[in-house]
Amino acid sequence: MTRLADMAPKIRSKNAGPFWLTIDIFCETAEVFTRISDGLQTAEMARAFATQTGQIKRFDIAALNVIKISLPRPAVQGTREDRDMHGASFAEIVGELRI
Amino acid sequence: MVKVLIPSGALGLGYSRDALARGIEAGPDIIAIDGGSTDSGPHYLGTGTSKYSRNSTKAEWRELMAARAKAGVPLVIGTAGTCGADDAVDWLAQITREIAAETDERLKLAILKSGQNPEAMAAAFEAGRITALPAAPEVTAETFRACTNIVALAGAEQINAALDTGADIIIAGRTTDTAIIAALPLARGCHPGGAWHGAKIGECGALATTNPNSGTILIAFDDTGFTMTPMADDARATPRTVSAHMLYENSDPFILYEPGGHLDVTGASYIALDDRRVRVEGSVWVPSDRYTVKLEGARRAGFQTVSLVLVREPRYVANIQSWCADIGARCTAKARQRVEGAFSIELRVIGRDATLGALEPGDGSGPEVGVLGIVTAETEALSLEVAKILNPYLLHHPLTEDEEMPTFAFPFSPPEMPRGAVHEFCLNHVLELDDPMDAFRLEVEEIGT
Repeated sequence: MTRLADMAPKIRSKNAGPFWLTIDIFCETAEVFTRISDGLQTAEMARAFATQTGQIKRFDIAALNVIKISLPRPAVQGTREDRDMHGASFAEIVGELRI
Repeated sequence: MVKVLIPSGALGLGYSRDALARGIEAGPDIIAIDGGSTDSGPHYLGTGTSKYSRNSTKAEWRELMAARAKAGVPLVIGTAGTCGADDAVDWLAQITREIAAETDERLKLAILKSGQNPEAMAAAFEAGRITALPAAPEVTAETFRACTNIVALAGAEQINAALDTGADIIIAGRTTDTAIIAALPLARGCHPGGAWHGAKIGECGALATTNPNSGTILIAFDDTGFTMTPMADDARATPRTVSAHMLYENSDPFILYEPGGHLDVTGASYIALDDRRVRVEGSVWVPSDRYTVKLEGARRAGFQTVSLVLVREPRYVANIQSWCADIGARCTAKARQRVEGAFSIELRVIGRDATLGALEPGDGSGPEVGVLGIVTAETEALSLEVAKILNPYLLHHPLTEDEEMPTFAFPFSPPEMPRGAVHEFCLNHVLELDDPMDAFRLEVEEIGT
């Protein structure tokens, strides 16, 4: 089992507006892309974000060697429950997933 | 062909002066820059204020106004003053008048306002003209009335109405990030898919190049697509840097919704013209049946006071969660006996899980933690009052009853830091319009001497 953070050179999370979060896994090479694309279960991702699989939009973009995941923000940006105004740290959750 | 010069991703972010000068030499038809976004949170829309300092904004805007004078073309800014609310537009308009007076320029200024009347929006909601987007919060007509500011995001039509006035400078309230770039190419009959796609690629300036900090890029639009050229010597656009920008802050990397339709880049081709310019064709604009504009709204969500205490004693660090839970329960109970009104107390452990909360995958062990006490209440006075009730706990609360009173580290006196009113975004909806200008107001004035 390998952490995604040890496989992908860059994992980025950003707000996509106040209500959505988007996470880009930059795999750099086709080999890493195939490995993560095949090994990463959307259900596993949903579990890490305490949400349902149906809430996750996933794009495996071979042309860029990027896997993109978008989901409704765990807390709406800037509400009392929100902890990360720019959504920058959610990438760490994905980085800790293992395949 | 229409050449759009984009100095940087947003006014206030800075750019390379050499790159901007080179951009002016390239003979642009318009200079377009973004003035904000929701990305810094609901405070700015909630209060109608700018995130960036007035002095920094004025310094950069003065340089762009000088660049505009040299190029002799319109300068347009969208989402002025971070949030694009009417007050923020007025703020930048006033700065613009000051600069025009100081530099002895006579200019025609067009101001496009995006602010919406909450009562009118409540009525539009009840009339079924406002519909929810995915992941929108539940709203009622009352939600609209509670907003301190509601803005509608203008598209290309409204920017073109402002350009049609013949203005030298256009200060627009909330617009989509792309509208200020796409507007002129669309008005001049360039390829619509190319216009919107190039606008999306250019909206963050040089972010879609190998040197994001260089700021300035030029996008040339024509009948079949667009060509992107970075203006800095040390910046290159490659098919990868350009195509990867569709990922940025966008939940779907192929589809982008705009007023009046959507952009689909599934079939786009990205070709390197040389080692620094990229040509893009094949993107498609799909017009919609209804003309809708997105709404953003923010309302007040109480008043907040925060306190920070630092805990270094190993036994307390090891048991910090139970220490916080105990304080939270005891302080809440005590404050309920002593104050009237609604409040909440939250203690976040910095160094443990303050960033990710329950989603934190690690164990967060380290030599020290900070505890951030957050009191949110219905009035400012109550928020400070409860924070003061919290203070003795943060200072002295023992882990167990049979131990000497401990003391923890406060970095400040007083430890309570009032944050004033806090706001929250409460709309993720679209408003249907019969005419694109129905929700927007255009004002034109002569400024300077």
